[in-house]
Amino acid sequence: MRAGLKTAALVLALLLPLVAWPTPAVLTIGNGTEPESLDPQKATGVSAGNVLRDLYEGLTGVSPGGNIVPAAAESWQWSDDGRRLQLRLRDGLRWANGDPLTAEHYAAGLRRLLDPATASGYANLFAAIEHGREVLAGRLPPSALGLRAEDARTLTIGLERPMPNLPALLAHPAASPIHPADLVGDPKPDARIGNGAYRLAEWALQSRITLLRNRNYWNDRQTAIGEVRYLPTEDLNSELKRYRAGELDVTTSVPSTQADWIRRTFGNELHVATYLGSYFYGLNLTRPPFAGNKPLRQALSMAIDRQVIATKVLHALATPAWSYIPPGIRDYTPQVPGWAQWSRGQREAEAQRLYAAAGYSAAKPLQVEIRYNTSDDHKRIAVVIAAMWKQVLGAEVTLVNEEWKVFLQHRRERRDTQAFRNTWIADSDDALGFAEILGSAHPRNDSGYADAGYDALVHEAGEARDLRLRREKLEAAEQQMLDDAPIVPIYFYASKHLVKPRVDGWQDNILDWHYSKDLRLRER
Amino acid sequence: MLSRAAMRLLTALPTLLVLVALSFFLMHAAPGGPFDSERSLAPEIEARLAAHFHLDEPVWMQFGRYLGGLLHGDLGPSLQYEGRSVASLIADGAPVSAAVGAAALLLAIIGGVAIGAIAAMRRDGGLDRGLMLLALVGLSLPSYVVAPLLILVFALALDWLPAGGWDGPSSVLLPAVALALPQMAAVARLTRGALGDVLAAPWIRTARAKGLPERLIVFRHALKPALLPVVSWLGPAAAGLMTGSVVVEQVFGIPGIGRYFVQGALNRDYTLVLGVVLFYGALVIAFNFLVDLAYGALDPRARLE
Amino acid sequence: MKPALLRQPAIAVPAAILLLIVLLAVFGPWLAPQPFDAIDFDAEWGAAPSAAHPFGTDDLGRDLFARVCVGGRLSLAVGLVSTLVSLAIGITWGAVAGWFGGRVDAVMMRVVDILYALPFMFFVILLMVLFGRHELLIFVAIGAVSWLDMARIVRGQTLALRRQPFIDAAVVSGLGNAAILVRHVIPNLLGVVIVCATLTVPQAILVESFLSFLGLGIQEPATSWGALVNDGARAMEATPWGLIFPAGFLVLTLLAFNWLGDALRAALDAPRR
Repeated sequence: MRAGLKTAALVLALLLPLVAWPTPAVLTIGNGTEPESLDPQKATGVSAGNVLRDLYEGLTGVSPGGNIVPAAAESWQWSDDGRRLQLRLRDGLRWANGDPLTAEHYAAGLRRLLDPATASGYANLFAAIEHGREVLAGRLPPSALGLRAEDARTLTIGLERPMPNLPALLAHPAASPIHPADLVGDPKPDARIGNGAYRLAEWALQSRITLLRNRNYWNDRQTAIGEVRYLPTEDLNSELKRYRAGELDVTTSVPSTQADWIRRTFGNELHVATYLGSYFYGLNLTRPPFAGNKPLRQALSMAIDRQVIATKVLHALATPAWSYIPPGIRDYTPQVPGWAQWSRGQREAEAQRLYAAAGYSAAKPLQVEIRYNTSDDHKRIAVVIAAMWKQVLGAEVTLVNEEWKVFLQHRRERRDTQAFRNTWIADSDDALGFAEILGSAHPRNDSGYADAGYDALVHEAGEARDLRLRREKLEAAEQQMLDDAPIVPIYFYASKHLVKPRVDGWQDNILDWHYSKDLRLRER
Repeated sequence: MLSRAAMRLLTALPTLLVLVALSFFLMHAAPGGPFDSERSLAPEIEARLAAHFHLDEPVWMQFGRYLGGLLHGDLGPSLQYEGRSVASLIADGAPVSAAVGAAALLLAIIGGVAIGAIAAMRRDGGLDRGLMLLALVGLSLPSYVVAPLLILVFALALDWLPAGGWDGPSSVLLPAVALALPQMAAVARLTRGALGDVLAAPWIRTARAKGLPERLIVFRHALKPALLPVVSWLGPAAAGLMTGSVVVEQVFGIPGIGRYFVQGALNRDYTLVLGVVLFYGALVIAFNFLVDLAYGALDPRARLE
Repeated sequence: MKPALLRQPAIAVPAAILLLIVLLAVFGPWLAPQPFDAIDFDAEWGAAPSAAHPFGTDDLGRDLFARVCVGGRLSLAVGLVSTLVSLAIGITWGAVAGWFGGRVDAVMMRVVDILYALPFMFFVILLMVLFGRHELLIFVAIGAVSWLDMARIVRGQTLALRRQPFIDAAVVSGLGNAAILVRHVIPNLLGVVIVCATLTVPQAILVESFLSFLGLGIQEPATSWGALVNDGARAMEATPWGLIFPAGFLVLTLLAFNWLGDALRAALDAPRR
């Protein structure tokens, strides 16, 4: 009998690890692709940002609802000319290892960001800091930047042009402080010292990133969750299965093809919210057929039924877009063209008229390529748009699917492209960032749009101190751009997550930023 | 066979060199570079990065540099994962892939030989036909269909095993089964065929005439020679398991190195791709060498050759 | 194929299945309610099988029956063309090595040994990345990686053939090497080659489906069984018909080819490997 019990216990002990046991105190988050780096200044990409916001605290932060709130800085003040921002840090800030954290460390972070030796993808965000351009180009040393730590708790940032969204940008992980020890040599990818509500406990590449609460964080008392795990979930269908199996509390996204089924099955566990991203087709203006053919570009734009794409292709996980800059962005009104309200028949008739005016007909149809990179949703949208152009206009459309890096190169070269899939996702809640990439000199202006009037309006908006003037210039710029149609807006992104009911405090916001310190886990 | 094994060792180095050279030049000929991204870098910064990794040199010079590094056992830094060496990535991922691969191989051999033996003993009976049809189906099902089905049944419906990730021994089972199924089918077919031939041989008939029970005949006398084709199958099977691991690691979200290859190729992480190819190449060669040795041990005739 | 062979059920049944599948792939699209790439914007997308759409529609409202037929054309074409490529390389390589023997044979077979040790699937992936997804490339790439088995078998058979009296007769009559190979050796390899080819076709179809899984397969709106199965597997619970029909055809075809290969091997008494 006792031997039997022993065997049973042994078998049980052996079987125990076979059962996936959800530990209630741990928040497990699906994080999409594995971050390539957790260096706050070097890392790019959404998944690294999610982790970095837990590991580092910026001078400012974002509330669960998406508002800019004090973080490491308790207050800040603009100078009268709007070119100097002075921030006051909290008292007694410490790094995760207990070292005191000073204003100089924040200045060092920004210098490192703009130092060309760092080769940061986000350096441009802060190029408006005094001498930023020269430092980025290597003509001045990073120490020349307009950053001054007046004392341990006061940082002054001098600007070359007004930057009303600077406090918002300072919440970005790229503006994180850097510990002096991490400035020398190359620290191991998992050994950097942070100052956020959590510290990095383990980073098993492609397996999990484990964070534990940082006891030295100034507001640690308010942190509710002791351990957070970020799991790489590249395949959305696999992620969904892991969520269903109870292995994840939050997913990074959901597969759009299964949206209806997910709604039926999970109800309000699905969170869909406006996001700062615009999905559009670029038209290469430097080559035929689009060079100098505005009616054709407008015809192609009007021939697309955005409602069908948003509802039938993307199953309402996106908002139809007739304009470029997303709705919900701060200090901006979407510039929807009049024809967005037309009936389908009206719209298609006008598209056909413009198509004919552009010199095409059934006898001489437009032959055009749509280029997109490998992805299920890009493919589905391209197939549908090709069908719309064919059915409404009679155009002969070829789909060209390219692998990501090949696609990037072709898109940038503007030689082989005609119509191509494009996206812009903002780094901050500011319309200017969207407007800038269509400027004639911007490296991401893949359409080759070059219009002096547009450039001037965007430039004036950038120089404007008055928020209303800034807004007017930006809105006028988009109006003009939409009429020129160098791009065809298609839809606005939505953030989409499945969130378990036990996760408390989750709020949808336009940045799709969710600090783990603001969440709690409900007891079952 | 032994001489063949020796030849294998001799040709291992040139083989690996061909392998590295082919992969190197193919990778570098592909359009796009490691630092292209949606948010394109400023040209000066990109140039600086390229110079740091010597990507601004002519390709043949980079190749020389890479070979030089190899001589010192240095696989170089990963271009994609900041601050990590290719060697460390492979060192982290290889045990994971090896665990799944070994489990799959074991499953395939044990399951396959058992099924094949049963079928051979009931040759041309209903059971034999049924099992062989199943084996054919197993050979014909792509693993990216089998894997999600396994997850649906064992992780979601029955809740026995995790749906993905790498968290303890329970994470090995489902991927290993998904990986093993087609190989198990192949082993079953091989075993059944070879065992069938052996069982029809005169010396087995002698054993039967002496009144030995059938089970004993099969397992004590017939199985060993019948396993020869299974042993020579092991070489190609190792390659098959590696290919399969690319799919299985992706579907189950396992941190193995099969995924690194595809990701590295797509991200133009030249050093990572080369490292993985080299590692796999060396593994296949080592495996074939062992298979040759095993073959010699099992088949006395081969030793004389 | 000799009519006598077709009288064996183990050969006739899979051959008949394959014939039906080929007929369906070739003529099916004409029976379909709408072309394989037509989208009906007013209809329900992802609809279950019905009288209007016998296999249902896919997630873009395209008729699945038409797509399965058209996908079958591509998958079968990949299987056949890459097998032909592998035949061409494999027979030439194997016959030459086996015929000349000696040092030529040793070197050529050593090359095959070396190639066996390469993770070939990786090269296919690299090739697809390098040259983009052209149909022709898929054919050639897959064919180029599957000729090794063929070369080995052909070489073995050629070695055996060389000792046959009728070959001696041909040599004595003064025919050149090339002529003997083409006129006498290769025709006598036919049985082995057919068996091997039958087993190569399903391999090639599987490789294509693997490439589709990685997103390196055929270009939309064209499709293949592999691509359809892959799409279907993603939404297997919400729209199971998207998986069941293409997967059914894929598995049935592979099954029939493997079955046919086994039966032919038994009938022609060809060696394994």
